[in-house]
Amino acid sequence: MLPALDDELVRHRIAKRIALDLEDQAVVNLGIGIPTLVSDYLPSDRHIILQTENGVIGAGPIPEKPDLRFIGAGGRPLSLVPGSSIVASDFSFGLIRGGHLDATVLGTLEVDEEGSLANWWIPGKLVPGMGGAMDLVTGAKNVYVATTHLDKKGRPKLVKKCTLPLTGVGVVTTIVTEFCVVRRQGGKMTLCEIAPEVSVEELLANTGMTLSVSPELRTMLGI
Amino acid sequence: MKKTIPRPVISAEKAVSFIRDGMSVMVGGFNYGGIPYTLVDALAESGTKDLYLIANDTAYANDEHPEGIGHGKLVVNGQVRKVTASHVGLNRETGRLFNEGRLDLELVPQGTFVERIRCGGFGLGGFLSPTGVGTIYEEGKQTLEISGKKYILELPLRADVALIRAYKADTWGNLVYIGTNRNFNPLMATAADFVIAEVDEIVEPGELDPDCIVTPGILVDALVLKGDGYYASRT
Repeated sequence: MLPALDDELVRHRIAKRIALDLEDQAVVNLGIGIPTLVSDYLPSDRHIILQTENGVIGAGPIPEKPDLRFIGAGGRPLSLVPGSSIVASDFSFGLIRGGHLDATVLGTLEVDEEGSLANWWIPGKLVPGMGGAMDLVTGAKNVYVATTHLDKKGRPKLVKKCTLPLTGVGVVTTIVTEFCVVRRQGGKMTLCEIAPEVSVEELLANTGMTLSVSPELRTMLGI
Repeated sequence: MKKTIPRPVISAEKAVSFIRDGMSVMVGGFNYGGIPYTLVDALAESGTKDLYLIANDTAYANDEHPEGIGHGKLVVNGQVRKVTASHVGLNRETGRLFNEGRLDLELVPQGTFVERIRCGGFGLGGFLSPTGVGTIYEEGKQTLEISGKKYILELPLRADVALIRAYKADTWGNLVYIGTNRNFNPLMATAADFVIAEVDEIVEPGELDPDCIVTPGILVDALVLKGDGYYASRT
């Protein structure tokens, strides 16, 4: 059994850890849910440019007086930072597919050992659609998956092989959960950081995919 | 229909009377932003049916707004037989009708969706995209390998009518946009036989800076002033 942590703590811990990974001058797209929170933790010593799929390059926080003509993913009102620009959807996705994004951060239903993820369709039930996710995981240089370690029924979301329809094949570079940071290194999913509440054995027992343990395994940053 | 200068400024009701049962209709917008609300409200009122809706998403229908918001209303009203979109998760009726086999739904990655429209508007026979390769989305589509990388052949999208939202127009139909309302609107203006733009304001030719015009007026057939609905007046 993994320890039960407070939901909000979990969400913010994951977001904060991913924020610490982003490099100076990186162009980054944040998905909805936990990924959105990453913007609250951007390191102040780095200039990070947030891109939204609907066309903003240089998105800022929710303004005091929201203007509904300026929104981001999920319809969240945004401000424009000085130096920002706005383009139409063809150009926005040209940037995305064309490799002009350093990172995309998105949630998932499943992520597997080969770096494939599934987050757009539960056949017979939910049909949200892929939105921009398939383009983002195809085009961004780094694909961060921000997810709770287990689903609501207590099953690992880091699985051996995805069973749901895939969003992208072999595209995930980093997975961050409340208990660990997993990076794809040399084609292998590698446990690089672990939260202080769990042991490696406990973590592996609650993870569906096979993880290599990094010889440089360290305590999760940002806690 | 032959274009005239100045472009006709007509009521939303008159504008949607050009849309007949069975037609394909593109509607601009992303989430609740940049939707031609006054036009789609009029289309929902008109009762025109059997429509093929081409829009990034199907806007909203939920507990708070069971009647739907924007073109979400068209789905709720049962006026739509087919949808091509990238995301329909905010309109519960779209998913329900699809799961019940009562709606033809084509889900397309958002970047592919807009590029297909661009192809439709710019005379291209299609394009090759890496998006979706290896997923269920690829099934049934032609693929090609270029320099050792696999691509999906994507085909153009066009419509009979496009309903778009811009900020200001001049009487020649030139359009500028504001904020993230721009989204799919400039692309849809290129890819339909009849293009109707809903705008905040119509100014004289020369008042819009030619360097800042996004959609040249030659693409626009008619103009409609935005109404005072909740979202029409706020977006």
